[in-house]
Amino acid sequence: MAVNDIIAPENLVYQKPKLMNDTTMHYCPGCSHGVVHKLVAEVIADMEMEEKTVGVCPVGCAVFAYRYLDIDWQEAAHGRAPAVATGVKRMWPDRLVFTYQGDGDLACIGTAETIHALNRGENITIIFINNAIYGMTGGQMAPTTLIGQKTATCPYGRNPDIHGYPLNMTDLASRLEGTCFVTRQSVDTVASITKAKKAIRKAFEASMQGKGSSLVEIVATCNSGWKLTPAQANEWMRENMFPHYVKGDLKDTTGI
Amino acid sequence: MAEKEVMLMKGNEAIAHAAIRCGTDGYFGYPITPQSEIIETLAELKPWETTGMVVLQAESETASINMIYGGAGAGKRVLTSSSSPGIALMQEGISYMAGAELPGVFINVQRGGPGLGTIQPSQSDYFQATRGGGNGDYNVIVLAPNSVQEMADFVDLAFELAFKYRNPAMILSDGVIGQMMEKIILPPMKPRRTEEEIRKECPWAAMGRKADRNPNIITSLELKSEVMEQRNIHLQEKYKTIRENEVRYETRNCEDADYIIVSFGSAARIGEKAVELAREQGIKVGLFRPITLWPFPSKEILELAKSKKGVLVSEINAGQMVQDVRLAVNGAVPVEHFGRLGGIVPDPEEIVEALKEKLIK
Amino acid sequence: MSKMKGAIVVNTDRCKGCQLCIVACPKDVIALAQKKVNVHGYPYVEPAQADLCIGCVACATVCPDGCITVYRKKVEA
Repeated sequence: MAVNDIIAPENLVYQKPKLMNDTTMHYCPGCSHGVVHKLVAEVIADMEMEEKTVGVCPVGCAVFAYRYLDIDWQEAAHGRAPAVATGVKRMWPDRLVFTYQGDGDLACIGTAETIHALNRGENITIIFINNAIYGMTGGQMAPTTLIGQKTATCPYGRNPDIHGYPLNMTDLASRLEGTCFVTRQSVDTVASITKAKKAIRKAFEASMQGKGSSLVEIVATCNSGWKLTPAQANEWMRENMFPHYVKGDLKDTTGI
Repeated sequence: MAEKEVMLMKGNEAIAHAAIRCGTDGYFGYPITPQSEIIETLAELKPWETTGMVVLQAESETASINMIYGGAGAGKRVLTSSSSPGIALMQEGISYMAGAELPGVFINVQRGGPGLGTIQPSQSDYFQATRGGGNGDYNVIVLAPNSVQEMADFVDLAFELAFKYRNPAMILSDGVIGQMMEKIILPPMKPRRTEEEIRKECPWAAMGRKADRNPNIITSLELKSEVMEQRNIHLQEKYKTIRENEVRYETRNCEDADYIIVSFGSAARIGEKAVELAREQGIKVGLFRPITLWPFPSKEILELAKSKKGVLVSEINAGQMVQDVRLAVNGAVPVEHFGRLGGIVPDPEEIVEALKEKLIK
Repeated sequence: MSKMKGAIVVNTDRCKGCQLCIVACPKDVIALAQKKVNVHGYPYVEPAQADLCIGCVACATVCPDGCITVYRKKVEA
């Protein structure tokens, strides 16, 4: 059978999510952000929440997330996304409100906003992309940078005597009364992507059912910042990130 | 509470009552002296059980202002309040709101600075309020109440102006007005807007995209300089419209006056007494009170000052509004300044003495 | 006996040539188009051995830029 006979609408099994528009994303080739964007777009559509969703963008690589998914967005100041999301959700309790933040935004400059929004049990979901580096500004040390990892601001490797230790925000979040679902996932394989999508779905459902705050950490790659190819970056992540940022559900009281 | 009932309360309490009555959707704030009665009164009044207004104590002023950003960005009437050091912390959020053109309202019940300063009243945040305060070329609308009544009345006015121009609006009060008790008639009850009304009034709001429109994006970011310049030009044109239409001020005893005292807020209350005392001594003095500090009544001050012998700007700071008055008067007549610092509130007698010493000689 | 036959269409203007799809494909269907770049200056991938495709969706799932559309049909062997 010729390929052209297969390419027909009735045989379609996968296409770019409907909520993802045709604007070319600014992310580097192979960046994990794109996969997570697709999952968020798919889950919103699966839940039929297109008209009732407000996303909050961070400062960092995902600052332009609002260009790519056709939902309403607010762009927050660096680290303040959970406070902005709190304002939106408290004003519109029937809306699906989520933030999309990187490690610098969430675990460094916005630590207070993140911890307190989670601890208040705001009915929002925080999607946390942890690639252990500052991507947008050119590969500087992040709060989640691993010991020994080299970045532009710790070129000889992160040394805890000088730079302190990697901050594990997801562990912290799992111990807060306000959180109902805290999980750590990745998007490096088909199986992990399927699990990550289920996690985002559960978090969004929990937000809408008023069960409290959800945090979905995605351990991710920054192949440009790490100076590796996309495929090598996935390998490096599995070898170095996963032992420190262990995947799986850290807390689930949702009953979903 | 009956309409038109005369009550006795603090300025801070009046803000809280007025917020509930003018259809505010949410208050987000963090305690700081001398304005904590605002959030305390709101908590006591439990408006979430009556009008449905949300009241939330945030983890910081930084969080408060960003909750306001989120709420205003979603089309709601949202309010925060603080005092000088807390307002300083909010400047990031205020700049972002100005950049994203969000209609939030914030109240500064000023205290003396710099730094942690004092908890006593001051007007030393005039520059911060009228020059924008954060990064970038922008202005916020600034209303300066001089009574408990105006504290209440300006809440609704601030919201009206904020939404009319899609711009943050500030009520610049101080510890005197916030803490003093006066009689007041509370503003009439106004219902909170429905979703339909909000969609109509705020077609730009990010509150969930209906299929009949493109996504709404609330942002102050634009990397292309050419586009960013156009955005700035749009803001400057908006500010020009505000300057042309929203100047508010009050004059007292100015017609026959030889000298004019220019004061705002609590200093203007003291100025009223100073005018009385001066006139008892045979000095013909009038009072000009800017009610909007931005836009500033420059033209009106010049018009008035031209026919007078001199102007004394009396404010509770080291000389801030006096710069705007000097720019307005542009050398037509002498303009002098009198102020007390560090939380000291001047007596009317001191102002009369300053007038004699600096202008009459 | 029936088996699954697949086909992919790559949006070559969107593709950045990251090659994660090449790693994910179990049938070695995909390869980088030789000496070609798209409108953005990126190299891009193409179904070099299209006949081998089983329509498993692995390539499209891992694609960060949503460049790959997948079709699948049951055919009699």
